[in-house]
Amino acid sequence: MGNIIRLNGISKSFKVAQRTAGLKQAVKALFVREHKIVEALKDISFDIEEGEIVGYIGPNGAGKSTTIKVMSGVLVPDEGTCSIMGFTPWKERTGYVGRIGVVFGQRSQLWWDVPVIDSFELLRDIYRIPPAEYRANLSLLTEMLALEDILGTPVRQLSLGQRMRCEIAASLLHSPKLLFLDEPTIGLDAVSKLAVRKFIKDINRERGVTVILTTHDMSDIEALADRILMIGKGTLLYDGSLHDLKGRFGAQRTVTADFRETRDPVEISGATLLQWSPLRAVYSFDMEQIVLADVISRLSASVELVDVTVEAKGIDEIIVQLYEEHGI
Amino acid sequence: MNAYVSIWRLRFINGMQYRAAAAAGIATQLFFGFIFIMIFAAFYRFSDSAAPMSLHEVVTYVWLQQIFLSFIMLWFRDNEIFALITGGGIAYELCRPAELYPFWYSKLLAQRVSSAVLRCFPILAVVFVLPEPYRMGIPPSFGALLLFIASLLLGLLVIVAISMLIYISVFWTMSPTGSLLMVSVAGEFLAGAVVPVPLMPEWMQRITYALPFRWTTDFPFRVYSGHIPQHEALWGILIQLLWLAALIVIGRLLMKRALRNVVVQGG
Repeated sequence: MGNIIRLNGISKSFKVAQRTAGLKQAVKALFVREHKIVEALKDISFDIEEGEIVGYIGPNGAGKSTTIKVMSGVLVPDEGTCSIMGFTPWKERTGYVGRIGVVFGQRSQLWWDVPVIDSFELLRDIYRIPPAEYRANLSLLTEMLALEDILGTPVRQLSLGQRMRCEIAASLLHSPKLLFLDEPTIGLDAVSKLAVRKFIKDINRERGVTVILTTHDMSDIEALADRILMIGKGTLLYDGSLHDLKGRFGAQRTVTADFRETRDPVEISGATLLQWSPLRAVYSFDMEQIVLADVISRLSASVELVDVTVEAKGIDEIIVQLYEEHGI
Repeated sequence: MNAYVSIWRLRFINGMQYRAAAAAGIATQLFFGFIFIMIFAAFYRFSDSAAPMSLHEVVTYVWLQQIFLSFIMLWFRDNEIFALITGGGIAYELCRPAELYPFWYSKLLAQRVSSAVLRCFPILAVVFVLPEPYRMGIPPSFGALLLFIASLLLGLLVIVAISMLIYISVFWTMSPTGSLLMVSVAGEFLAGAVVPVPLMPEWMQRITYALPFRWTTDFPFRVYSGHIPQHEALWGILIQLLWLAALIVIGRLLMKRALRNVVVQGG
């Protein structure tokens, strides 16, 4: 399979008006405006292969959405080249955007006051979707996303989860081969989240749709993405599989032990005591320095154990640690 | 269906939902029609010099203005488009395989037409049966009526082209109210929507003739009453076409520039 996306040296900066608080500053700003140039993207390059699901992560303001907007033809970058399915998004915008689907989780593409189906029909006409294809896609999406009962409801009366399912359906009516999802699970409850995730997996597997999604929810990434791109302060910091990332930090374990009342803390060499109370202790250790069995046998020799839980470091903590490492 | 026709249709359907707004609009327009006519009638009764327009022509002019209010008023706006620009919803508009200018143009056109359709028929039914001097006149000939319809529709296209410039300016000003207020206050006066152009002083008439605004209001309404003779009306229609072409070309160029530097507001 070939590369569907090829980004090379993309940079984009914005001019942001600035002043400090206060009346004096506000009056001054009437005459002299101060601007700050914010570099949203600095020399971003990556390739994405057809059929991949790529998770695009980074803290708020890192440049995730800006990258998505450059790739979907909305923004024009200052520098760099980008080729997606043979198009340069911002140069051949109208020809290109007909082949991609985009969901901006924080915005709505559906008409607020009319039933969902009216918005869908407008999209059918805008994308010039042949009637047979439209019917087939609509019935498939209706079934997969359980839209049956809500197609006739005005958008303003839908819940967030219902609306998001409709938004995703709306961006797939024209059978795009490439789907950009900018925070598709923002604000959704557990049930809706799972439904959206399952759906993304299904269309990727069954129709070979390449998916690029940004999210702050690491469980989204864990459930979906084979590959992670991490961006911070406009620079690409990590490009690789989730598995490798976990491997890098994966040797850390936390042991929580409950026991019958013991007054004196038990020190175990090779493990750090994080917390001690007469009934409970928490240790962290590195599996490359001490094996789990040793920790437990050392503990059981000193106290009367009731319960022991061992936890690997969660993906959220790994990401936080990664952000810290890069100072972002 | 063509994308632009489709957006027109959806916006039209959407506009037809607002029945209460239409009912309130009808009442308002009738009220203002009466007030304006009373004022003009008082002026005409106590004036000694010969007026350039008869009272009867002015009455017809006022009613046409009230009936086709949504065809001629610049303040008639689509807040959704303003919100798209200032709130960042523009991101979705740019992900569509459609040109933005005709897309918005169709939307604005539909909004005006749906509003006019809801309001004009009930008002029409009333104004033809009012007692004099309030009764609305009829065109002097069938030809004048046809020319009126043509010039009114062209005027509608011109006003939408002008209002497109207001929307596009918001890409720079980020203030819908500012852009709208500046253009609409000046524009409506120069269109003859406050005082009919023939009643203005000579020097001001000359200014209005040099600008596109009067072709949306003053021109079609005076064609209706026959105040502008038919051969002159034909020339006028040609000028309307030229203005329309010029405004659309300017609008598209500015739109292109705006989109090159577009910033999606709000992340």
